Amino acid sequence: MAASIERGDIHRLHAIARQVREENTEAVRDVIVEKIYQHSQTIADEVTSRTNQNKVNQDDRLDAILTSRYLGFPIMLVLLGIVFWITIAGANVPSSLLADGFGWLEGKLTAVFMWVGAPAWLHGVLVLGLYRGVSWVISVMLPPMAIFFPLFALLEDAGYLPRVAFNLDRLFRKAGGHGKQSLTMAMGFGCNAAGIISCRIIESPRERMIAILTNNFVPCNGRWPTLILLSSLFMVGAVGMGASVTVAALIVVGMVLFGIAMTLFVSWALSKTLLRGVPSHFTLELPPYRPPQFGRTIVRSVYDKTLFVLKRAIITAAPAGVITWILANIMVGDKSVLTHVADWFAPFAHAIGLDGYILMAFLLGLPANEIVVPILIMGYMASGAMMELDDMGALKALFLDHGWTWLTALNMMLFSLLHYPCGTTIYTIAKETKSTKWTVLSVLMPLAIAIVVCFVVAQTVRYFGWV
Amino acid sequence: MSCMCIEKRTELLHHKFGIAALAGQKVVALAGNPNTGKSTVFNALTGLNQHTGNWPGKTVGNAQGTFTHKGQPFLLVDLPGTYSLLPNSADEQVARDFICFGQPDVTLVVVDATAMERNLNLALQVMEITDQVVLCVNLMDEAKRKGIEIDIEGLSKKLGIPVVATAARQKQGLEELRDCLLDVACGNITPVPFTLRYSQEVEQAISELEPKLTPLLKGTMKARWVALRLLDGDDTLLEDIERYMTEEALQDPSLSREREVSPSWPQA
Amino acid sequence: MAEKVQNAIPLSELAPGSKAKVLTLFAEGMVRRRLLDLGVVPQTIIECIRRSPIGDPTAYRIRGTTIGLRRDDAKQIMVEPLVE
Repeated sequence: MAASIERGDIHRLHAIARQVREENTEAVRDVIVEKIYQHSQTIADEVTSRTNQNKVNQDDRLDAILTSRYLGFPIMLVLLGIVFWITIAGANVPSSLLADGFGWLEGKLTAVFMWVGAPAWLHGVLVLGLYRGVSWVISVMLPPMAIFFPLFALLEDAGYLPRVAFNLDRLFRKAGGHGKQSLTMAMGFGCNAAGIISCRIIESPRERMIAILTNNFVPCNGRWPTLILLSSLFMVGAVGMGASVTVAALIVVGMVLFGIAMTLFVSWALSKTLLRGVPSHFTLELPPYRPPQFGRTIVRSVYDKTLFVLKRAIITAAPAGVITWILANIMVGDKSVLTHVADWFAPFAHAIGLDGYILMAFLLGLPANEIVVPILIMGYMASGAMMELDDMGALKALFLDHGWTWLTALNMMLFSLLHYPCGTTIYTIAKETKSTKWTVLSVLMPLAIAIVVCFVVAQTVRYFGWV
Repeated sequence: MSCMCIEKRTELLHHKFGIAALAGQKVVALAGNPNTGKSTVFNALTGLNQHTGNWPGKTVGNAQGTFTHKGQPFLLVDLPGTYSLLPNSADEQVARDFICFGQPDVTLVVVDATAMERNLNLALQVMEITDQVVLCVNLMDEAKRKGIEIDIEGLSKKLGIPVVATAARQKQGLEELRDCLLDVACGNITPVPFTLRYSQEVEQAISELEPKLTPLLKGTMKARWVALRLLDGDDTLLEDIERYMTEEALQDPSLSREREVSPSWPQA
Repeated sequence: MAEKVQNAIPLSELAPGSKAKVLTLFAEGMVRRRLLDLGVVPQTIIECIRRSPIGDPTAYRIRGTTIGLRRDDAKQIMVEPLVE
């Protein structure tokens, strides 16, 4: 069989096609499609036999609850809350175990460095910088990821996620978007870069662009440890352990809802300005509900997603840890470079309810959001008295030492939620949109929003004297 | 398609579809509607021997996996889940292009036993493109629960292609499926897909076009199918023939890789 | 469609729980092709299952699969309600 067709023959094919087009009308496609479906139906009827016809469809019964007028939305919120609650509650113990383990190993490593007589700067760069950065990322990130990704995969596997798109389509459409945008947002909870790739499921270019530009407003896995940590430390009063997890989960859900509101608002604004146009059609299959395959789904999501995202985080955490340690330990005059930069940022940072170190941490944390808090802690520890961070109390004390109030915590959460996407996500946006202009916008727009929101909150709170 | 020069196909797969097939590997394309358990079949056949990539020039992901059955190595290419092969979206175009121009040894169509009527539509479309088709009726367990029974043998006779019943989640029917893929890939079984006849007008037009097309296509694809596509006004097919089937295109890998088919974004 | 059907209504008017037979598609371009792909061709029986919590879209059973369609798209499908 010949593998190629000659150029001359291509021209002849085009000539035939032109002739066909002149002689035929659109209707032929309808006739062909109709015939194929008719025939499918005939064959299907001939080879299929049905018993118990009258049985009510189980899926319809479930849909009557999960997409019902009164319960549809509450159930979505409760499921979201449960996913967060399980993640937060479940991650606590393994996180502290991992932290303990890494702390123990750090002691051993330090002993080895002393034993070989390594210079202090080498120990600083490798152990206090690189090792601490990496171990922080692993102990803070790995447990929530290893719980969150499989939980979401289970919801997906069971067939629930398309119902979310079905429930929310009208809302998104009013904002100029598409119901499927909610699915790309769900993916964004795990990782915004993954969320942006998943925007491919939206066929219309306009609505897809809206989904890409707003995906950042759902907190990814690299950011919600920050949200969880800060809400547990500063927003939860002196309540019992079980209750405090619930309150922390509620606050995180509140943050998520604020992010969703921002997504809708920005989608609406974009669809009225830069991305004007009529919302396209919506066809969405609601697949049968299926009992999720626990074992396989969990193994696969750990294997495919968790390890992938973790690897990326470690790769960025290692150099960031080194750089931060160096900046915090090179002295210019009586202060470190880090402190100089933080001081320079301070007036602006104060106006938006943060401090110079926090802004510095967000800047250095550009490669990956999960390293923002570790960088911040490293910055504080290098500038203040060195101390052992053996528990949450010590961490809170460290923050309080640097003048934190609940407003600082709240605004850092807001800034984390709204600011520019991480390096990997920006790269993914550039690849998916193939446009420098849209990529730049995807960075500047959220940054501007984050600054404005934090400024308004800080000024309001201070005006009323709440802190 | 088995007589196509192996080296040439390997090159074609690599340059045009970003797929690295090893010599001796039989290539299986996996097609199906969304939510038919297609990826479960894919996972069940390939286990963890998978990797994912992108179709060159398209924002559509692809997954490839390998397995060996009775000493014969296979490369399984998971196509995007689509309802039809009329190219309305990037997904459908990728699926159609691969089945038509990627020259797989077998195209495995996965259908949902509980929605045969909808799913057979895709199978019939695939059968118009290629003879090398195997049908996998999946989700047999779900069908049983819903009181649906399917006459597998009757279906196979009506379609003229091998049909295997599976419940991929329960790992049922997989051995038989592997056997069947092996038989078709190695030519032990030659499927003879039934030809769907259209209305008299359409058939008349086809019979006028076929003799004109046959010498031009040089046996690279079915003239009847090309005639149908010309009739339903599918403009993308000729472009694709040019992209995949001309000698220049085969010589110049950049021709398809560089070509961007993604939608153009509105200007800010 | 040569024959006149008295009780033709747009699919969007079909009440949840009832069935109808497709007569004509007025949709054009992309939407039309999408609907054809989903098997919305004349003679197809479509069942209206339920509306989404805020009234739009609506879930329809089309050839064994449940598909959500927006009101604007369903408006362009003319159907004849079936009496059971």
